[in-house]
Amino acid sequence: MDTENEEPQPFRLHTIISSAADRLAGSIFILPTVLALLFLSIFPLIASLYLSLAKFDIAPGGFKFTFVGLRNYKKLFTGSEGTHFLGDFAPSTSLTWIVFGLVIIALAIFLARYFLSSNVSIGGLIGRILLTLGLGMLTWMLIHTLWNGGRLGTASTTLVYVFVGIFFQYILGLGLAMLTVQNLPGRRFFRVIFLLPMMITPVGVAYMFRMLTDTSKGPFTPIWQGLGLTDFSWVNNAWGARTAILIGDIWQWTPFMFIVLVAALESQSVEPVEAATVDGANSWQIFQHITWPAILPVSMTLILIRLIEAFKIVDLPNVMTNGGPGTATQSLTYHAYINWRALDLGSSAAVAYMLLFLVTFFSMIFVNLIRHRTVEAL
Amino acid sequence: MMKRWFQSKTINTPSPVGAILSYLVLGIWAFLILFPLYWLVTTSFKISSQVNEGPFYIPFVDFKPSLDAWKYILVGDLSKDTLRNFTNTIIVAPASALLALIFGATAAYALVRFEYRPRVGAIFTFIGCTILSILMTSFGVMWQISLAISAAVFIILLQTIGRRFKRALGNNDIAFWMISQRMLPPIAVVIPIYIIFQRLHLLDTYTALIITYVTSNLPIVIWLMRDYITNIPIELEECASIDGASRYRIFWSIVLPLAVPGLVATFLFVLVFTWNEYLLALFLSSAKIQTLPLTIAAQNATRGPQWWNMSVLILIMIVPVIVIAIILERYITRGLLIGAVKG
Repeated sequence: MDTENEEPQPFRLHTIISSAADRLAGSIFILPTVLALLFLSIFPLIASLYLSLAKFDIAPGGFKFTFVGLRNYKKLFTGSEGTHFLGDFAPSTSLTWIVFGLVIIALAIFLARYFLSSNVSIGGLIGRILLTLGLGMLTWMLIHTLWNGGRLGTASTTLVYVFVGIFFQYILGLGLAMLTVQNLPGRRFFRVIFLLPMMITPVGVAYMFRMLTDTSKGPFTPIWQGLGLTDFSWVNNAWGARTAILIGDIWQWTPFMFIVLVAALESQSVEPVEAATVDGANSWQIFQHITWPAILPVSMTLILIRLIEAFKIVDLPNVMTNGGPGTATQSLTYHAYINWRALDLGSSAAVAYMLLFLVTFFSMIFVNLIRHRTVEAL
Repeated sequence: MMKRWFQSKTINTPSPVGAILSYLVLGIWAFLILFPLYWLVTTSFKISSQVNEGPFYIPFVDFKPSLDAWKYILVGDLSKDTLRNFTNTIIVAPASALLALIFGATAAYALVRFEYRPRVGAIFTFIGCTILSILMTSFGVMWQISLAISAAVFIILLQTIGRRFKRALGNNDIAFWMISQRMLPPIAVVIPIYIIFQRLHLLDTYTALIITYVTSNLPIVIWLMRDYITNIPIELEECASIDGASRYRIFWSIVLPLAVPGLVATFLFVLVFTWNEYLLALFLSSAKIQTLPLTIAAQNATRGPQWWNMSVLILIMIVPVIVIAIILERYITRGLLIGAVKG
């Protein structure tokens, strides 16, 4: 303070303002985003939670909502929507018990290891118990609906779409990104080409794939005929239809993985790679110890974003198969959409909330995995 | 002699064999990408009977191309709609993407370089007051009044109860909260959002669409930019800070230029997301501000899908994005960061 009095600075007011502005920088940087998100997120979240607990009816002069408690959710698990949402469960055999038992043992080991570790906290414990319960139930559902005699419900189908789709998208995206960051003539041409599928509107992609997969008018008709499969229509086969949808999904979203990974690889500095080459490391060692750790954070984010988006898949099943055969290709969002179209807004919101639970569950696992990894890396 | 074929000249240049293999894989994937698009192009030159009577592959050889669909979309019956929706898309999508990028990049920078400790007590008070205001509004109180009341209650509670609960969350929790805003499927949020804009008298305006798009894409921008910004060496910012640069100046003249590859990549697909968004546009626009995806979906008429019209529209829609992508692609390149660190 004294020094300031001795040497009065010119533009003192300006300095005060700018230092105050500097102290507030933290708030100023983040506030617009927080406010925007609050504005358009809290109300819809609460409103649809209320919707899921209510029954929607057309009433004279408009519509009315009646509060029905958890009836919409009950319907999803045990009531009329049960087989639609959860699927048909195959009877348990000794084999399903063995598979399920193995998963349970793995989960038990995971819990036991946490108990034996030195830092057990209540929050961590609750989180891990919930994780174990959730994964146990999901495994039970997946085993029994995927087994012979079972039928996938919209929940299992969505999980298949999400995990199979993301697996292929990431592998393909990473491989192609690695190839196009090499110093090859024409790599920019390939990069732009590879971006194309992402640029087509999802509805458009869905219609395009419906054209392509048509077994009598599509471009692959001669192949179908050559294989003697003219009578076979993938539309009538559950796994055929799911595969077709997965191909469309992978086709469209690999570019997303690709372009982000290209940017990540490109912004990586060259020196460590140069140093490693001088030291005689082979390309696999360079990838494992330099490139992979550098792109790991971006990859995690990328998979998280795709995880959240992939759970919302709806255009492809809607346009390509109308959810058929039966309900075989319906995803959770599509399930919500059907109920919504039937003006059953309550159960539509209930499905949406179940989807929210599922996505939150997997995202939490994933985010904790990221933190764990980044802590380990440090 | 053989060894030369497997050895690369510099780190980044593959060996001749590696180059051939790379081209092979790239070529296969390029074919898988381009063939469906080729089919789209040929379909756009077909007429109804040529589509329905089995596959025809090569124009002029297999079938006689016709410009009917193109004429119908561009100068015929649908041209007015197409032009209007095209203009709307061109206004809404880049504006939303740019705004999302600006807000998202600043927020991402803040989440990386500042430390926030939002208290649990404050958050719960806030949620309680929001529910209070919604309840009051649903019981017939004017929304301005209920908003004012809950704001007052919030401030009072924050000063009293809110201070008791000292447990605080960190930056990672904020980031997770942000990304969680994308988890509800659009079908569940579209009615509440419709009601909000109806109350604000903003339905069928650009403002409503842009606000919705910016908000729904902010989480993605934040998460991606967070990673890119983390990779920028903090030493540069420390130097600038010692030299007396303000936070804003550091952000503007050091962080942003260094994050260009990330910014460009992020901008590209936020643009793509908004450009192609369908469901929200369907609800928030009635006629004036409809976007092109709606026109495409509308081609699935009672007579069955009008494949040829759809193909034309899809092709028209991707051309501007391709042009932007080609212009921007050069910025997603190596070396920007390295130069800065050395300099």
